[in-house]
Amino acid sequence: MSMTQARQRPGSTAEPSPAPALLEGRNIARSFGQTPALRGASLGVSSGEVVAIMGPSGSGKSTLLHCLAGIFRPDSGEVRYDGRRVDQMGEAERTKLRRTDFGFVFQFGQLVPELTALDNVALPLLFNRSGRKAAYRRAMSWLERLDIGDMGARRSGELSGGQAQRVALARALVTRPKVLFADEPTGSLDSVTGEKVMNLLVDSARQEGTTVVLVTHDARVAACAERELIVRDGVVVNPLPTAEI
Amino acid sequence: MSVPVSLLGLLQREPSYGYELKREYDAYFGRGKPLPFGQVYATLGRLARDNKVVAGGAEPGDGPDRRRYAITDSGSEDLERWLSEPLEPEPHLQTALFTKVVLALMLGRPAERYLDVQRAAHVQRMRELNNLRRTGTVVEALLADHSMFHLEADLRWIDLTSARLAVLAEEVSR
Repeated sequence: MSMTQARQRPGSTAEPSPAPALLEGRNIARSFGQTPALRGASLGVSSGEVVAIMGPSGSGKSTLLHCLAGIFRPDSGEVRYDGRRVDQMGEAERTKLRRTDFGFVFQFGQLVPELTALDNVALPLLFNRSGRKAAYRRAMSWLERLDIGDMGARRSGELSGGQAQRVALARALVTRPKVLFADEPTGSLDSVTGEKVMNLLVDSARQEGTTVVLVTHDARVAACAERELIVRDGVVVNPLPTAEI
Repeated sequence: MSVPVSLLGLLQREPSYGYELKREYDAYFGRGKPLPFGQVYATLGRLARDNKVVAGGAEPGDGPDRRRYAITDSGSEDLERWLSEPLEPEPHLQTALFTKVVLALMLGRPAERYLDVQRAAHVQRMRELNNLRRTGTVVEALLADHSMFHLEADLRWIDLTSARLAVLAEEVSR
């Protein structure tokens, strides 16, 4: 089944997901010291879906994203991506997976400040051993696609918050990841700029067939997704579509 | 709008009299806007006509004779449906939502789940408005924005209330 076929349309939340999950969490538990952040969180995300993870501060939503993305290893439970057990992979394998299959956008762009915008976007391709010329050509095309083609020579300190987030988005998508993980991607932006960045994120992901897992506390941002999962006290309270709760 | 269902909710706990229902309504839901006696009895009359409550025979008391009202199966079904189904997401439904949460806690129903269902309905409506904003004219977008900001306010209230359910439950339980 292609990613496009598997994608759920907006408004389809009342119907069971027809596609097998591309990304799946089963009973994920993760503590930090004595403090449990996740206490058995389960969820499934179909290929091509745009899913928002919502919840109050401290509910465990960011930890869940980090576990799904192979950044944190769960204390117990399973994380499956494309049928593979991410939780059982070693550090090197998870790093490789993150580099080849996943893209990331965080609240503060986290661009390398010494590099230009164009360098930042080309960087993941260079890490993946793409040819330098092709890498820069592709990086430039992504900057243009996100309407910041004229910002390529600027360093992050010379960019506005919205421009920096677009650069971060270009950097996340330039490798054509299967899954884009975004943690409060518009959290540091004003509402108008945040909305533009969000629209670009969702539109680009849909055009590329990229699955998106988005953490947000903002209902307006969550409304850009096709489905929202609520995390409370370390558990996903609605892992199934609403009608099946 | 939520007076009939509030009375049904109070009667779901136990059969009661018009005066008692008014007193309880004012304590839990009135908040500076007491329910007129006329409206209590008119509402009870309509509920009795529609077979949602039944009135007992006249009972002598200290004052005038009074009637004891009890909820019927049909009234209980209406109440359960109202509690468990999300309200139509629209601006200014705070009073109805508030009533729903208090009644749910009072009757030992899963208030948190009702709030989750309501949140899902709200986000779904925001999704529709979002599409309208992106495809419609500027005027349509501004109208959609107006609705979205109100829905956002509701959602913030839903989140806050979810976080305070335990305290609220203590307050409304007898």
